[in-house]
Amino acid sequence: MGEKILMKGNEVIGEAALRAGCKHYFGYPITPQTEIAHYMAKRMPMVGGTFVQAESEVAAINMVYGAASAGVRALTSSSSPGISLKQEGISYASCAELPAVIVNIVRCGPGLGGILPAQCDYFQAVKGGGHGDYKMVVLAPCSVQELYELTVEAFNIADKYRILVMIMGDGILGQMMEPVEFKDKEEIISVQKNWAASGTKMNRENNVITSIYIDPEKMEKHNLKLQEKYSRIASSEVKVETYNCENADIIVSAFGSVARIVKNVISMAEKEGIKVGLIRPITLWPFPESEFLKYADVPKAFLTVEMNAGQMFEDVKMAVNGRKKVYFHGRMGGMIPTQQDILDKIKEILKV
Amino acid sequence: MIKQDIVIAGFGGQGILSAGKVLANAGMLEDKYVSWLPSYGPEMRGGTANCHVVISEEPVASPIINDATTLIVMNGPSLEKFEDMVVEGGLIIIDSSLVETEVKRKDVEVFRIPASKMADDMGNVTYANIILLGKLIAKTGIISKDSFEESLKKVLPAKKHYMIPEEVEALKMGMSL
Amino acid sequence: MPTVFKRPHALKEVSMHYCPGCTHGIIHRLIAEVIDELDIEGKTIGISSVGCTYNNYEYFNCDMVQAAHGRAPAVGTGVKRANPDNVVFTYQGDGDLAAIGTAEIVHAAARGEKITTVFVNNAIYGMTSGQMAPTTLINQVTTTTPYGRSVEKHGFPIRVCELLSSLEGAVYIERVSVNDIKNIKNAKQAIKKAFQVQLANKGFSLVEVLSTCPTNWGLNPNEAIKWLENNMIPHYPLGNFKGKDLEV
Ligand SMILES: Cc1ncc(C[n+]2csc(CCOP(=O)(O)OP(=O)(O)O)c2C)c(N)n1
Ligand code: SF4
Ligand SMILES: [Mg+2]
Repeated sequence: MGEKILMKGNEVIGEAALRAGCKHYFGYPITPQTEIAHYMAKRMPMVGGTFVQAESEVAAINMVYGAASAGVRALTSSSSPGISLKQEGISYASCAELPAVIVNIVRCGPGLGGILPAQCDYFQAVKGGGHGDYKMVVLAPCSVQELYELTVEAFNIADKYRILVMIMGDGILGQMMEPVEFKDKEEIISVQKNWAASGTKMNRENNVITSIYIDPEKMEKHNLKLQEKYSRIASSEVKVETYNCENADIIVSAFGSVARIVKNVISMAEKEGIKVGLIRPITLWPFPESEFLKYADVPKAFLTVEMNAGQMFEDVKMAVNGRKKVYFHGRMGGMIPTQQDILDKIKEILKV
Repeated sequence: MIKQDIVIAGFGGQGILSAGKVLANAGMLEDKYVSWLPSYGPEMRGGTANCHVVISEEPVASPIINDATTLIVMNGPSLEKFEDMVVEGGLIIIDSSLVETEVKRKDVEVFRIPASKMADDMGNVTYANIILLGKLIAKTGIISKDSFEESLKKVLPAKKHYMIPEEVEALKMGMSL
Repeated sequence: MPTVFKRPHALKEVSMHYCPGCTHGIIHRLIAEVIDELDIEGKTIGISSVGCTYNNYEYFNCDMVQAAHGRAPAVGTGVKRANPDNVVFTYQGDGDLAAIGTAEIVHAAARGEKITTVFVNNAIYGMTSGQMAPTTLINQVTTTTPYGRSVEKHGFPIRVCELLSSLEGAVYIERVSVNDIKNIKNAKQAIKKAFQVQLANKGFSLVEVLSTCPTNWGLNPNEAIKWLENNMIPHYPLGNFKGKDLEV
């Protein structure tokens, strides 16, 4: 580990991508993530990489499609309205099994919405915002240090499974500065991309990257192959942080920056004799269902807290599977749940 | 446990965000846990700017401050907007050259410092924020003067390092008030 | 005493949020004066796009529709086709029109949609804090061209008027500037003619207005005007490209 540096979340994403060996960035400006592009515009020329400011997010994701097809590590980043535009490309790249990383620094919506933090793109990310039966691995860091580590890891997961990995943050994480400690050397898995369209050099059959299978049997077979891959990922790539859950009166579930607020609530509640646990999914897909099952009998109830109208809430309910009641507290529009409001909600649920 | 939740607020261009960065960086140099969170968006259009700085001996749970231990304000609207978020017994440090509004709270400690005027007398009005930080440091001991100086070296681009001695002077001036 | 200068009726009595020295406000005023002079406020629909002027629907008294980034010409097409008697104008920046919305503007022009576009070229993305625009000049430093725009890496700035002039559907195209009184007067004449072309059902009309962005150019308002004169006008020559003699 090197020395600690105070850095902005968005810039750390850029730095982490470079450290992961990503030398191809394509993007279109949008608040609150544009510092990623600014950082890449400055740094890419220094490392002989490529920075392209595309004419739109539609173009940017298709540039990623091309770069990934050619076998290089590629990154695009945007925020909610731009991620909506990328959905077509995401679906195509998923079908073509292209490895790439997409960052969504979520802002509040729907529509043009606002630029303040939100988590209202959870469904879009984990349930498939584009058409067809596909999945992305969705990572939800909660600190600048984790933004760094998970960004590097995202590229590894992408290459290992030939899958798109989305990093989902929000305006708080993107804009905040926190100390980060970079490793001297990153662990980068090396995979043979002999499927890539990088030229036959006249010594192999030509490679084809495609997402079209007109023959229904072939299309179904390809779908089954994708599903098999998704279940492999679901059984081996789940990441979750569990905190204070043994003997908890109530278990709160939250992801990303909201989980940090919940940690404050835990110490506030402790002073009042209430034991609050936290389950923080780090992979939003695959969702850490078994962690919820494991603790389902411990608390009197579950509560999910999100900056949306109740999206992960549905997955928590499914995971708890009726064994305990699951409550929800959320804010929208760029409003951030306060510790006091969460504590009040906990007391209301526990009737203390 | 030492923990300071500091909100710094004023107009864009007053060095609000960079004052916060210097502070957070200094805290980090002392091996404390820190976070810095700016207001962001198209607020450069003559609007207000503010940042939240947390310096603590324990990991920072949330970078968003709901209850500030210290509020530093460099314009009137920010005082009105943020004074209610200061905890009982907290600190409000005001640039009185720019803020005429009185503090309504009776349960906080208030320091009115003509920082902009003092900085102007020093020959550079942009040091006003540093003078105010000086008061914060003297009052709370949250970071040392040396870490502040060290932090300036990290935060300022090399071509502005010549300003460091004067900034340290400004800090000392604030500390002595 | 007679009033010689007053707020056009088509402009609301609210103060605008633009930075000091930004010429977006002047362009708004010119459009409003033209709407007044042609007496069309009641049937005019403005389409706001995405950029610093995203909320200029708060400034005009006519009906306004806010469109997604780049899609204003498509939204305008829909509005006009629904009610062909309406007068429809889009107000778009260079990022909006010449990057993300290139397809929409080209095809609205090619179809000869009877709408008017006011295209505000400030050679930068103002709203998102100063990134390269398709119209950013060679060597111009922006937040995404920190080493200056280079031909090799970023290609050439797009001259929108010249580009669209080859389309038959685009019948009136002119480039103007708002850097001084004379040019402001010319700008108003061009905007008026563009609206008249629409009223006469002739086809698509567009006026490109060279505009300042002191904030993201890092200049004070006076320097910004000078920069526009010394750098933008030489690259983006003022004048009519199409439809000068069109009978309206
Ligand atoms: C799909 C989508 N991508 C990106 C953005 C972010 N965005 C808002 S305004 C803007 C650029 C505006 O520049 P320009 O059109 O030149 O207008 P100006 O602000 O310079 O007047 C961008 C990229 C968005 N709102 N929607
Ligand atoms: S950022 Fe530029 S274009 Fe936007 S209002 Fe300010 S000066 Fe005008
Ligand atoms: Mg522009």
